[in-house]
Amino acid sequence: MTDTGPLKAELIAAIAATETLEQLETVRLNALGKKGLISSQLKALGGLAPDERRQAGQALNVVKEEIGVALAERQAVLKRAELADKLASETIDVSLPARATADGRTHPLSRTIEEISAIFSDMGFSIAEGPDIETDFYNFTALNIPPEHPARQEHDTFYLNPDETGTRPVLRTHTSPVQIRTMLNTPPPIRIIVPGRTYRSDHDATHSPMFHQCEGLVIGEGIHMGHLKGCLIDFCRAFFGVKDLPVRFRPSFFPFTEPSAEVDIGCRRVDGGLEIGAGDDWLEILGSGMVNPKVLENCGLNSDEVQGFAFGMGVERLAMLKYGIPDLRTFYESDLRWLKHYGFMPVDVPGLHTGLGTGGA
Amino acid sequence: MKFTFSWLCDHLDTNKSLREICDVLPMLGLEVEDLYNPLDALAPFRIVEIVEANQHPDADRLRVCRVSTGEGELQIVCGAENARAGLRTVLAPVGTHVPGSDTVIKQGKIRGQTSEGMLCSLSELGIGEDHEGIIELPFDAPVGTGFTGFAQTEYAGLVDPVIEIAITPNRGDCLGVRGIARDLAAAGCGTLKDIDFSSEDGEFASSLTWHIDEEVSSLVPLISGRLFEGVSNGSSPTWMAQRLTAVGQRPISALVDITNYVMIDLGRPLHAYDADKVSGEKLTVRFAQVGEQLLALNEKTYHCGSDMLVISDADGPDDLAGIMGGERTGVSDTTTRMFLEIAIFNATNVATTGRKLNIHSDARYRFERGLDATSPVQMAGYIARLVQSVCGGRFSQLIVNGTADVQPKMITFPPARTKALTGIDCPDDRQEKILTDLGFSIDKRQPESWQVAVPSWRNDIDGPADLVEEVIRIHGYDNLEMTALPRDHYIARPAFSSLQLRPVLVRRLLAGRGLTEAVTFSFLRPEEAQMFGGGKEALGLANPISTELSMMRPSLLPNLLSAAGRNLNRAESDIRLFEVGPVFLDPSETGQRTAIGAVRVGATNRKDWQDAGRAADLFDAKSDLLAVLDCLGVRTQNLMVSTEVPDWMHPGRSGQFMLGKTMLGCFGELHPQICVDYDVPVGAVGFELWLDNIPLPRHKGPAKPLLKLSSLQPVTRDFAFIVDETVPAQSLIDAIRRASRDVVTDISVFDVYQGKGIEDGRKSVALTVTLQPKDATFSESDLIVLSDQITATVGKNCGGVLRGA
Repeated sequence: MTDTGPLKAELIAAIAATETLEQLETVRLNALGKKGLISSQLKALGGLAPDERRQAGQALNVVKEEIGVALAERQAVLKRAELADKLASETIDVSLPARATADGRTHPLSRTIEEISAIFSDMGFSIAEGPDIETDFYNFTALNIPPEHPARQEHDTFYLNPDETGTRPVLRTHTSPVQIRTMLNTPPPIRIIVPGRTYRSDHDATHSPMFHQCEGLVIGEGIHMGHLKGCLIDFCRAFFGVKDLPVRFRPSFFPFTEPSAEVDIGCRRVDGGLEIGAGDDWLEILGSGMVNPKVLENCGLNSDEVQGFAFGMGVERLAMLKYGIPDLRTFYESDLRWLKHYGFMPVDVPGLHTGLGTGGA
Repeated sequence: MKFTFSWLCDHLDTNKSLREICDVLPMLGLEVEDLYNPLDALAPFRIVEIVEANQHPDADRLRVCRVSTGEGELQIVCGAENARAGLRTVLAPVGTHVPGSDTVIKQGKIRGQTSEGMLCSLSELGIGEDHEGIIELPFDAPVGTGFTGFAQTEYAGLVDPVIEIAITPNRGDCLGVRGIARDLAAAGCGTLKDIDFSSEDGEFASSLTWHIDEEVSSLVPLISGRLFEGVSNGSSPTWMAQRLTAVGQRPISALVDITNYVMIDLGRPLHAYDADKVSGEKLTVRFAQVGEQLLALNEKTYHCGSDMLVISDADGPDDLAGIMGGERTGVSDTTTRMFLEIAIFNATNVATTGRKLNIHSDARYRFERGLDATSPVQMAGYIARLVQSVCGGRFSQLIVNGTADVQPKMITFPPARTKALTGIDCPDDRQEKILTDLGFSIDKRQPESWQVAVPSWRNDIDGPADLVEEVIRIHGYDNLEMTALPRDHYIARPAFSSLQLRPVLVRRLLAGRGLTEAVTFSFLRPEEAQMFGGGKEALGLANPISTELSMMRPSLLPNLLSAAGRNLNRAESDIRLFEVGPVFLDPSETGQRTAIGAVRVGATNRKDWQDAGRAADLFDAKSDLLAVLDCLGVRTQNLMVSTEVPDWMHPGRSGQFMLGKTMLGCFGELHPQICVDYDVPVGAVGFELWLDNIPLPRHKGPAKPLLKLSSLQPVTRDFAFIVDETVPAQSLIDAIRRASRDVVTDISVFDVYQGKGIEDGRKSVALTVTLQPKDATFSESDLIVLSDQITATVGKNCGGVLRGA
């Protein structure tokens, strides 16, 4: 009987000695190939007696299997080593900058108008719009601001060149004419806000010839000044995200409201900066009042039957206070450095469920 | 409106402090703009005594003083001649801010001598104009104490706190201290002191009389005049001069100062004529004649218009009624006979004349806000006594034209209106008290509906709503109950309509594509407007601030280009800006459009280590525009591109999307000349569209059309056609789609080639066509048929042949 021990030992040693997959393949062919050691020994069995042949055959097949297993194990080891070598040579400097992408921003004014809209939307308001170029009637007369009235002088109105009849259109000095347009066209109840561009002939550090206002108008049965107070306090607290923000209503004068009120919010001046919230100081942020009966009558409404309130706020001022923007003029300069800093990512969509830029709940 | 605290206390008997008063004022609608209390700045100053004053060894004009502070002694170098031993005076210790010179006292050496503080004059303390040297206090002034206590009693007129209030245009009555005091009294801050308004008969008949032209009588409802004889027009008394100085009026002479004083005290402007300079025996109130001119008290000459009220003597007009008097008949130091005018002129006429002549005077300010209608008669006695007490002399009987018996305005006021309008439950008796304190008188015979008489000084009160405001203003706005608006819908409906939502979405879209939103002015230079198809005179401003802001814009592009230029100058290299805003076609209501515009200059991306940064080209602008249209629900597949473009675009490198005849937007390179004009590199691209031209998508409701997905594999086939170089790529795409509309799902152009291998004047356009089988997988013969159809249609429609065929 043939001893398979030396053969096996020889092959196992050869397998163990391989260092590459190519060497391993050579050993495999040498052992198991058609002309390999095991194959040729199997072929040589033909000359043996049947019993011997069977025994020797079995023994060789055992070796064949064992060598097969050894080859597979060695192959796995060598493959792992090869991958490790490959990876070791594949490094890239990951500290290199990421691929540049262009990222845009939306303007703080459109953002602020969206925030204002989100809040008033929840209180049942819709958005109304009107033209920037207005007539004297809508901008002044219907709002109870007669010609030569001192209140009209305070508006610093821009006029366009007169038309063939000598009439000069005005660039609206406030968004209030849209109150008139709405009341003339829509029966009560009315709840609108009117964000838009407004114009006054004034240009210095705190005045811009063009700026933005947001008007509000509520007309309905039983709407009184307490509602005005509730509505505007709700707005201020939601807008600034200060739950207990002090809000003060102070008598004032607007020709189109009676009684009229300025609205102040509490603040504190710290190191030249301003903090919105409880403090020892007040900051004027909007004007408001009950719609003047004369204005209602000008719009064909019976002031004995309907009443309501109106308000107007400066969008720039609100944005400056909320987002800490120090200079009004910068809003219109289109300086990309400023826009990138004070602008908003397009995915940052203000809403009552997502928050209004004041942090989450 | 400026006044001092002591002045207020002349009218208001109060135990409230200055601080308390200033806290109440804004809650009455009288906004405190400024509060200046000179005592605040005086707190660090001390009363000291000079113990010894010696000549400075090295300076002729300086003295070295030993000063007792009560706690010890200091050495102080002083330049005042009156610095002498035994003098009690005022010390600014080291570290004190000196208001008069706005400096801080430091310890130092003056010409080699140590000086530990400064001895002060009144002007250095900011409370006077004493140039005589340092302050000389009485011998019993308490050395070692603070100066403020002493100043409050001994220099009260100089340290009187000054309050400045912003008066809203309706409150003409508060342009006098008395009106403010009345409001404060009604609000519980004390009692309004009585003033002796009793009339004076006068001793003689005035030699001057009024004549009111018939034509203007309705504009001069009441006017009075009185002649004063034997007056001496020296300096006004100290108390008056000090108060006027404190509120910013320069004391001039007693007669002028009296008119200014009464104007601030009672809100009642007066005009004083030197009767000896008036020619003739009457003063006529009339319209000016065109061409008449007068030299006013501000030393300017004004040319009058025929709608302007003037007061004229025999020599012509010398007073712009209610605005400013004339130089010719004005009072001077030598005046002994003075004629004093107290008038009511029509507020609108005063306002119009003042605006036309551009005169801003304190008198005009008050006249146009409305005066007490009875004042020419009612205040005349009080004023006559004041003149006499200051200037002596005697006065005539009062000359009056018009009636002082002005019927008060009556308002029917249901007291329940207060609750209805404000929600505040203010009891009737409280309302009555408030209104009465403010000078209203009430007839309560009908308890539900009062008849309220408006006092003659409240020109702003017209109806019940005004009375409600008066009541709650005094009752306190803090009493307003915060009431939530009733909710019509528990879940609020969206504020934006579908149309209004579009700009919001487009902003986010463009910002997401890497563009940044700008907000630029709605106006620009007329030349710019013309370059962009606008510049109609009707859209020009009649009163622009500057030519840069003098014409309404026809397009967003010019201001965006200017913005791009400014950014380039700040060393930004890649500009991507957009704006959503109005443009103007004409001044009518329908002449405004909402436009969306964008400009790209430089690279699409910042240059980095992998990518040199591709320059933005017209196809970026086209892509931006298509994305916007897509976002707006336009089916961009069906759009036609026209090469008819506006003048400001590059004629060969821009296009316009059309939907039928409607222009949906243009895109491409800006005209090279425009780029040069705006100082941006040639090749800048952009797009602009008018939102109003984009139809709202027609679908109803939120449901989308059912999605049908095929289980069969789509097949792609590449084609390269050689066509004439003028054939637009779009026509190849259209032809392919037409060839087999039902199976072509996508066509993309992946190469356009001209050059070697392609004859001159021709180009190769290579496209990938995606074919989607409907019922069964394509067989090879199906695909051959489809390819042949495509090739044939392209051949027929575009003259294209397969490359290599």
